[in-house]
Amino acid sequence: MAEFYTVWQHRNLIIGGFENTLIIVALAAVGSLTMGALLTIPLMSPQRSIARLATAYVDAMRCVPFLLFVYLIYFGLPTLGIQFDNWSSGLVALVLYNAGYMAELLRAAWTNLPKELIEAGHAFGFFGWRLFRRIILPPVLFSAIPLIGNQLIQIVKDSALLTVIAVAELTHEATSLQTTYFVPFASFVAAVVLYWVTCVTIESTMGLADRFAEARR
Amino acid sequence: MTAHDYLSILQAALATVSMSLVSIVLGVPLGLGLALIRWSRLPVLNRVTITYVSVVRTCPSVTLALLIFFALPEVGISLDPVPAGIVTLTLSTAAFNTEIWRSALINFPRDQYDAALSLGMRRALRFRRVILPQIIRSSLPALVNEMTLQVKSTPAVAVIGIVEITRAAIRVGARTYQPLPPFIVALVLYSLIVFAFVRTQRLIERRYAKADAG
Repeated sequence: MAEFYTVWQHRNLIIGGFENTLIIVALAAVGSLTMGALLTIPLMSPQRSIARLATAYVDAMRCVPFLLFVYLIYFGLPTLGIQFDNWSSGLVALVLYNAGYMAELLRAAWTNLPKELIEAGHAFGFFGWRLFRRIILPPVLFSAIPLIGNQLIQIVKDSALLTVIAVAELTHEATSLQTTYFVPFASFVAAVVLYWVTCVTIESTMGLADRFAEARR
Repeated sequence: MTAHDYLSILQAALATVSMSLVSIVLGVPLGLGLALIRWSRLPVLNRVTITYVSVVRTCPSVTLALLIFFALPEVGISLDPVPAGIVTLTLSTAAFNTEIWRSALINFPRDQYDAALSLGMRRALRFRRVILPQIIRSSLPALVNEMTLQVKSTPAVAVIGIVEITRAAIRVGARTYQPLPPFIVALVLYSLIVFAFVRTQRLIERRYAKADAG
């Protein structure tokens, strides 16, 4: 119990780490969802070469473990002359990596879209970008809500790996708390509980959003 | 990169593969056991399983590894890095496998169960002869999918000092000041491992299809 008291005394550290986790996850969620949605356009392109290129990107992301990808961005890119600080490389890694997954699940939702919808869009004079933005994207996003929720949870879990490049997120702060005061049990349990609360919140929010989408359909 | 560097990464690949395999061999039956607990609604254990699955599924593997490696000694269980890594991977994959097995059990056709019941099969026999063979087939794709995710989450245990592919690649990169080549070697190795899993799955599925046809 004394251990938990020590953690409570230094709660600012944990809360700060938790805030950083939430901020980076929120930014990564918005970024990867946007990029994933845009990626579905080349993925669904009737032109073979474009579609193949986009598929190659998605497959590559799905083959690399996230940790290796983080190292690749943080240590590998500077060799090519592109350099970020640890915060931005963490964010860039999260966005690029999860955009692949987002694109794949949005593509699946798009393929399940009824043809009539798009044909009706054509009949009303929607083509190109306007067709995508007004006719295709809304139902695709709505029907993919549960899968997007799963991916958001994955982003939360991925963000913990950013501790290896010293982004001051929750796991990083829990580790530094445990090394300073030697309170391993309490500090990591606190981190696990906070992760759990975050993911349960995401899950129930997505459940609510799904019900809202169901009502609009 | 010298031949020695390649060798060190290959050696680490052995660690990645063996740790993944051990955790899969332990985690798949453990998941089945937990799914059966949930399916049969054992009073207290059911609640415990629900909590376990919920917490572990949302917990990042890094955090779990750190918790097991640094916190368990406090309650008198002190594990070396490799066993701690295996425990971490097993616990996390078991939680995901529980959900896969459970959904297979839920979707199991009720009439077959009743038929087995009407033939007077005992509970154990019913499970072994009627239910198990079919839920293995229906959950195989999801299980293999989880296995590939498992291979990709092994780098997380590097934080407690296990040298697996990613960590070995980092070491080589730090020594030669050229991080890119070892990373690419690591990438190729991961892809090969994941590919091997997917191929095995296809092989098993094809054999099932043949058994169906024959």
